Amino acid sequence: MAHESTYKPGTALERWLDKRLPIVRLGYDSFIDFPTPKNLNYWWTFGGILAVCLVIQILTGVILAMHYTPHKDFAFDSVEHIMRDVNYGWLMRYVHSNGASMFFLAVYIHMFRGLYYGSYKEPREMIWILGVVIFLLMMATAFMGYVLPWGQMSYWGATVITNILGAIPVLGESIRTLLWGGPSVDNPTLNRFFSLHYLLPFAIAGVVVLHIWALHVPGNNNPAGVEVKTKKDTVPFHPYYTVKDSFAIVLFLVLFAVFVFFQPNALGHPDNYIEANPLSTPAHIVPEWYFLPFYAILRAITFNIGPISSKLGGVIAMFGSIGVLFVLPWLDTSKVRSMRYRPTAQLWFVLFVLDCLLLGYLGGKPAEGIYVALAQAATAFYFAFFLIILPLLGILEKPRAMPKSISESVLKPSKADGAAAQPAAAE
Amino acid sequence: MEKTMIAKTLNLIAAASFAVAAGAAPALAAEANVEPLKHQHWHFSGPFGTYDKDALQRGYQVYETVCSNCHGVELLSFRNLGQKGGPFHLDSCPEGVPESVDCSNPNENPIVKAAAAKYKYQITDGPDDTGDMFQRAPLPSDRVPSPYANEQQARAANGGALPPDLSLIIKARHHGPDYVYSLLTGFADAPETVNIAPGQHYNPWFPGDMAQLLKPQYLDEEGHPKEGVEVPPGGVLAMAPPLSDGIVDYADESTPETVDQYAKDVVEFLTWASEPKMEARKKLGVMSLAYLIILAGLLYWSYREIWSKEH
Repeated sequence: MAHESTYKPGTALERWLDKRLPIVRLGYDSFIDFPTPKNLNYWWTFGGILAVCLVIQILTGVILAMHYTPHKDFAFDSVEHIMRDVNYGWLMRYVHSNGASMFFLAVYIHMFRGLYYGSYKEPREMIWILGVVIFLLMMATAFMGYVLPWGQMSYWGATVITNILGAIPVLGESIRTLLWGGPSVDNPTLNRFFSLHYLLPFAIAGVVVLHIWALHVPGNNNPAGVEVKTKKDTVPFHPYYTVKDSFAIVLFLVLFAVFVFFQPNALGHPDNYIEANPLSTPAHIVPEWYFLPFYAILRAITFNIGPISSKLGGVIAMFGSIGVLFVLPWLDTSKVRSMRYRPTAQLWFVLFVLDCLLLGYLGGKPAEGIYVALAQAATAFYFAFFLIILPLLGILEKPRAMPKSISESVLKPSKADGAAAQPAAAE
Repeated sequence: MEKTMIAKTLNLIAAASFAVAAGAAPALAAEANVEPLKHQHWHFSGPFGTYDKDALQRGYQVYETVCSNCHGVELLSFRNLGQKGGPFHLDSCPEGVPESVDCSNPNENPIVKAAAAKYKYQITDGPDDTGDMFQRAPLPSDRVPSPYANEQQARAANGGALPPDLSLIIKARHHGPDYVYSLLTGFADAPETVNIAPGQHYNPWFPGDMAQLLKPQYLDEEGHPKEGVEVPPGGVLAMAPPLSDGIVDYADESTPETVDQYAKDVVEFLTWASEPKMEARKKLGVMSLAYLIILAGLLYWSYREIWSKEH
């Protein structure tokens, strides 16, 4: 760990253990005494919220798996069996299905926070990259989980997405066959998706450990974006942030509970309450809301580019939209970490968020008429933000004056939040 | 100097993009061409909404008398009817039932037992001691038998159309309760401009494409509707209007025996069928929210207390 350990084993047992397996010391240094910038705002609570989401998903998922049957003839009925006959089965299932949505909501906020405050910048590149790995694993897990109830959207979503992977040159056909386990989405597909859906969350948990490990080397970024200079800039993680995170987690659970108990199906699609039928295609095949922006990017490429077919182009654009996040730390050329002091970048950031929302909206619309053109424009902006705007802004924009330390930013918040009317004075 | 110019330009582009994005939104619209749903006030709506038990009982009667001629509810067992929140749940036994019977147990509930025993379809059970399958009356533990043995039989009996199972119909449609109510009460005479094949029935709330049914004189050479010809909303379906006034005899004289009332009652029943644990869910939800909000208050107070030393 980056800071000196202050752990003092209090009991004979702890002293004995500390010499052999200093696990209590590790926990103490990481989550009790860990020096944390004292100016973290509520956007920083989403890390803790995400940890809670992962635990909730694993717990409810393990219980659901006890009652679920991964067979195409029984999967749909076994889910309804859970809903109707298993004690509190409806609660487990609604928590799990809405939990996926809550997980993605939290992870998107977490990522936008990282983007706004430059949390991916030196020396925190590894934290960000591991985060993108977690995000990819989450997407794979959620996609396969949505197939398990074997409803119409499960089946047709799986068909559309696995078919798209077939467009990858050379390997595509093999990948698709491997995913299907046969000539089409069928029982073997359901079996392996169930197996992988159970496996991947533990892989996520593993990468989360690395993510937190990498976080604890340089310590947290903070809204001012200036590094911790003295002990006065920090507070111990406990009780300061355990209590703040707990408060935020409970508020998040309030929103979670509103969905689970009062709108449990609002984020799902009615067609998934119809059992999968390979002979009847739904009018509109749409993925879950959290995939819509990527679905829009996938469908935006409607034209061939030289030897690249539109289908392959879509796949490249979709994976590229996440791939570009891996190199974000090197695309953003600005030396100023926090956008709080980058007024122009702020404006573009807001546009980028709106662009992502627009892509999400377009992903849920049929790929025809004006929607296609809009999706293409929004996709172009998505990539331009990372590949053109961020690299250029770092060179061109004139940032505001930054506080010298975290303590100064806390004591004189007017400088941070004040209007852009004072740059001259700040020179 | 030049840097600030470019920065200003970037600012300007950003601001302009805002305006474009905001202006583009209203240009997007139009989905399936159907009549707007007839929104009803349902007893089960809202965070405190519960099922109207009388309506559930009448709705079961409508299902049993009318819908079950073609549609199954294969996810329901008769015992579900007597479960807490179900149409025939009893807390205590009615007069004349022996004391050894626990009527709150759905399998012993006399109304449920009678409903199962006198149901219009039999259960195929077996094999018996000689190896043959046999027919018997349903028990509370049995699933509600469907009208047809399999899909082929169902299609053969319905001119090729498959009557969907109704166990989840409310959750399997957007705005399920209002949609099913609108459909059941919405059958209408077909507009003059369209040809309806025999065995098909027009309904302005059924998603379809009426443009394909326009009579030839209303189409141009390319088969598109001519100028000024309006494509009627809705579509056609194989189900004839299933309800008519007086078709079901309600025991309670004060309840009107109208298509409107039947539709409302059967929607209540089907909503329960698709979400039988709704009442338990909302009740637990209210308690959970109360708990979480109090906990949030305590945590906020702790947070202020702990941080007050820092600032």
